[in-house]
Amino acid sequence: MRTLPAGREMTIVAALAVVVVVTGIVHPSFVSGQGLHDLFLNASIIALLAVGQTLLVITRNIDLSVGSVMGLTAYLSGQLFLADQNTPTILVLAAGIGLGAVCGAINGALVAIAKVPALVVTLGTLYVFRGINHAWASSTDVQQVNAYQMSPDFLSFGSGSVLGIPNLSLIALAVLAVVAYSLHGYRAGRELYAIGSNPDAARLAGIPMGRRVFGAFVISGALVGLGGATHAAYFGTINASVGTGRELAVVAAVVVGGVAIFGGSGTVVGAVLGALLLTTITSALPVLGVPAFWQRAVDGAALLLAISADRAVLVRMAARLRARQHSIRSGR
Amino acid sequence: MTRLLRWETVLIGLCVVVLGYGTIGVDGFGEAAHISFLLLDYTEVALLAFALLPIVLTGQIDLSVASVLGFCSALTGKLWDGGMSFETIVPIVLVAGVVLGAVNAVLIVRFGLPALAVTIGTLGLYRGLAYVVLGDGAVTGFPENYRPLATDAIAGTFVPYVTVLVVLVGVAMAVLVHQSTVGRALYAIGLGEQTARFSGVRVRPIMMSLYLLSGVLAALASLVYTLRYNSARADNANGLELVAVAAVLLGGVSIFGGRGTVLGVAAALLAMAGLRNVLFLGDVSDEIQNVITGALLIISVLVPVAVAAVTRRKARSHLRRTDEVPLR
Repeated sequence: MRTLPAGREMTIVAALAVVVVVTGIVHPSFVSGQGLHDLFLNASIIALLAVGQTLLVITRNIDLSVGSVMGLTAYLSGQLFLADQNTPTILVLAAGIGLGAVCGAINGALVAIAKVPALVVTLGTLYVFRGINHAWASSTDVQQVNAYQMSPDFLSFGSGSVLGIPNLSLIALAVLAVVAYSLHGYRAGRELYAIGSNPDAARLAGIPMGRRVFGAFVISGALVGLGGATHAAYFGTINASVGTGRELAVVAAVVVGGVAIFGGSGTVVGAVLGALLLTTITSALPVLGVPAFWQRAVDGAALLLAISADRAVLVRMAARLRARQHSIRSGR
Repeated sequence: MTRLLRWETVLIGLCVVVLGYGTIGVDGFGEAAHISFLLLDYTEVALLAFALLPIVLTGQIDLSVASVLGFCSALTGKLWDGGMSFETIVPIVLVAGVVLGAVNAVLIVRFGLPALAVTIGTLGLYRGLAYVVLGDGAVTGFPENYRPLATDAIAGTFVPYVTVLVVLVGVAMAVLVHQSTVGRALYAIGLGEQTARFSGVRVRPIMMSLYLLSGVLAALASLVYTLRYNSARADNANGLELVAVAAVLLGGVSIFGGRGTVLGVAAALLAMAGLRNVLFLGDVSDEIQNVITGALLIISVLVPVAVAAVTRRKARSHLRRTDEVPLR
């Protein structure tokens, strides 16, 4: 069992290497220092969302509202700067995390307490949160917030780097390290796997399922909120449709990263590698002369390919196990 | 069964309230033109909802319906732009719908992959392919002799032609679901796939054909959509799957399968169309309408879950009184 996730991560790294090398040969600037810098920067925000989504998918839940929550928190950042252009960066990030956590808590309460399937809840809140975002924009008549209206400090945080590594990537790596450690190092983390693996057994084992799932939604929401705020800092232009359709890319990244959609297995490292692979493919497409229109199709196809491959591996493993059992029984 | 009947009664009551309030309280709601508009506006949603209904009855889902619509619309635009006659385009587009449905069917039924993951994937894939086919432009100028079929009411009445189509599809679906062996098999699969298989239900062929049917109906909806707006775009009906899923669930169909009726879904569609028109005439913005649709979706699932929880608690206290130990 231990070797399967590690195998998945190596596969993604290999695929990543192929994409980077091929694109690098066609277009050398793709693998220049600046090119790699941009690659990591682009993957950072989606990686934050993928880490949060992984927590949910492990417990056999899903959050389709991530794009809307990201849009709402990014829009909040813009509104904060309109209220006071000198709002400290840390306050904007905290506000984004807070609002994200609130959205996550709403989803989590409906799923964990009211026991409504996460798919339905988050499909509903996808439209509710996006609608609130648009309504907020039209009631305040602020359709767009531009870079010149934000604080220079915030923007330089978004595009800055430390020792050549982008700030946003450092944040994503720090989050990844903390969550990856917590999932294995803490009891609550391991319980998430138990819940997704077999909910009935988890309940009988005395795991507080409701509280764990609720917690996973809140943490995931907070990470999406952080993603929204950092999106504002990175792009410097915010409107009410930021993050539209992002849920597809996030779910695709998580599934490509080897997190089983039916819960109980997968790692955040895999999910982040999945995010990195998909963003790299997306950035490589225009370089290779493929129109940008293909991006959505590629995300969808990658998701389908990943689940099909998983299934094939599973079927072959089951066949091998059966063959071994057979040979044991027949006394060989 | 009695509870099901009650849910449909509630829905029909809701219809009466919405339509009654609209007629009395909202200017212009009762006019023939507005009734036509109300019916027209939900044509595509109704077709997609009828496509989803049998799939949800078996406990699965198809989130790609609106993307199939989008792809078929883009294909219509591309072929029309290329000078093909509309009569040739119609069968091609319907076949395209079948093919897209078949991809879902093979991945889900043949390979045994989870329907949710597959159709989230094809939601992106088909929408992406729509952009690949047509780019982000629009094709207009569809033939004048066919467009009235999608926009006009039958002469002398307020019933649009496409509403007749919707009613026909609805009746056909009612016969399939409630009067046929296949229909009973759908409920059996939804309540327990393995039990159904052991009882001799041919689960795989039935499931396969449901996804093909979903593809055809989505393609049909795309033709209506394209003609109605006289515009083929890759982003046509983006997000419409939400409204269709909301209608199905509000109609009392259980997301876990095995429970629901065509009448319930039809009543839910009428109530939602009426509500949308009331809101539209009341100058409520599209954004707020989306909030309301999303909230309706959540409430429609919340109510049955709450009812079930209350019934279960009652049953449990009853069990305790009779000194039996509940197993679950």
